[in-house]
Amino acid sequence: MRLALRETMIGFRRAPMLSALSITTIAFSLFAFGLFSLVAVNIRKTLSDVESRVEIRAFLADGTAVEVVSAAMGDIGAFPEVSRVEYVSPDSALARARAELGEFKDVFESAFLPASIDVRMREGHRDPASLRTIAGRIKSFEFVDDVRYGEDWVDKLYRIRNVATAAGVILGLAFAAVAVIIIGATIRMAVMARAREISIMRLVGATDAFIRRPFLIEGFLKGVLGGLLALALTWFASVVISRNFVQTEFFSRGLASLGIIGGAVIGVLGSSLSVGRHLRKI
Amino acid sequence: MIRFQHVYKEYPRTGLALQDVSLFIGKGEFVFFTGPSGAGKSSLLKLTYMEELPTKGDVWVAGVRAKGVKRREVAKLRRKLGVVFQDFRLLEDRTAEANIAFALEVIDAPRTAIGPKVARALAQVGLSAKATSLPSEMSGGEQQRVAIARALVNDPFVLIADEPTGNLDERATRGVFQLLRDINASGTAVMMATHNLELVRRSGYRTIEINRGQVVFDSNEAESKKKVEGLA
Repeated sequence: MRLALRETMIGFRRAPMLSALSITTIAFSLFAFGLFSLVAVNIRKTLSDVESRVEIRAFLADGTAVEVVSAAMGDIGAFPEVSRVEYVSPDSALARARAELGEFKDVFESAFLPASIDVRMREGHRDPASLRTIAGRIKSFEFVDDVRYGEDWVDKLYRIRNVATAAGVILGLAFAAVAVIIIGATIRMAVMARAREISIMRLVGATDAFIRRPFLIEGFLKGVLGGLLALALTWFASVVISRNFVQTEFFSRGLASLGIIGGAVIGVLGSSLSVGRHLRKI
Repeated sequence: MIRFQHVYKEYPRTGLALQDVSLFIGKGEFVFFTGPSGAGKSSLLKLTYMEELPTKGDVWVAGVRAKGVKRREVAKLRRKLGVVFQDFRLLEDRTAEANIAFALEVIDAPRTAIGPKVARALAQVGLSAKATSLPSEMSGGEQQRVAIARALVNDPFVLIADEPTGNLDERATRGVFQLLRDINASGTAVMMATHNLELVRRSGYRTIEINRGQVVFDSNEAESKKKVEGLA
């Protein structure tokens, strides 16, 4: 390992421009990936904020007895998909409508709004199918006049989320593949620059695994350094966007570490492919 | 020790380089390979250190069989043999001793053993005083001695030399050849490809002449044939 590290350092020292170029190239391809991820993270965050507000509202028939309502609330609250059940009296409904539709508040003069039970779903159960099932079950209570949960926009919301996720995965893989190819190409240059050394190593009996080691370390270091640089660039971009355009959320610490680990993995993968190809040829 | 049995080597672009070569080289022998350029001398040496594998026939080197050999086995075999070339193949940015140590480091030799072994190899080729010189600071003869020291540092059973004096003047050639004789005298077999017929004539060692990929003359033919057939 000591020798492998020394050989890696010699590689860096012998061709500092090539190394700097490799790291910069890796950084920029990861930066493109980072920017896209930043957009994806923020889209997902916005969507999950909206999603958390999804609720089922069951309107109750006039004159439903309080005991019946509270028994039903107990039953509904016991559904595993449900996180919270709240009773909204006609007065509260009026107050809420006035608050939500401020400029039309004068329209609501009397308590003509029905009482309702508002049901919040647990995370993971806010999809259209779960909502439909629970809404159906609630509707089966005979004192429930109607059930609303914004079926149309929940469907749309989910479609947007699925498209965003699919686009994220596809573009993420595409960017990762580009990064692997770029890293592979830069490591290939390093391999070519050290072809003589490799041929001497083979001549004196070094195994392929031994020859590969310094290049894998080099790929790993380039991936990590490129990843760090890309992270710094993405952070800078996020600050600029937040200050000038729209407030954005930066990656969590875990996600940022995952990005650097991803860079390292891409670096090792690119090197491994490049050196493997060279070794198979000689 | 080294056995070629009806070996053919064909390259996709240049065609047949060796045809029906059978020979045996025993322990501690000194063998010259002569013949015009492109005759197949280098191909034969490459088959010995398994840089190339036969298209047909088989080669055995120190018990390792070319047919079906794994890359890992080739690496292990090369630790037991030394190879030198006309162009020395030294690392230009490393000193003589670093070049020799490199051969030990890449096979994970114990660190404590490297220093003494390098010093001994340098002494063996008479270059102790040039230990810290870079290849560019040495003459061709000295560089070839460093290459020989690197080949010797693992105590090989055979030293394979492909035109080792091809780039040297007469004086340096004599010096390198004497060094190879000394190495052979200490028990290491030497396989040397050369164009220098004067050197071959004066030495009296076994000579194998190759022409158009075939062995056309072997000064030890009878003995070699017996060994090849006997071991088949």
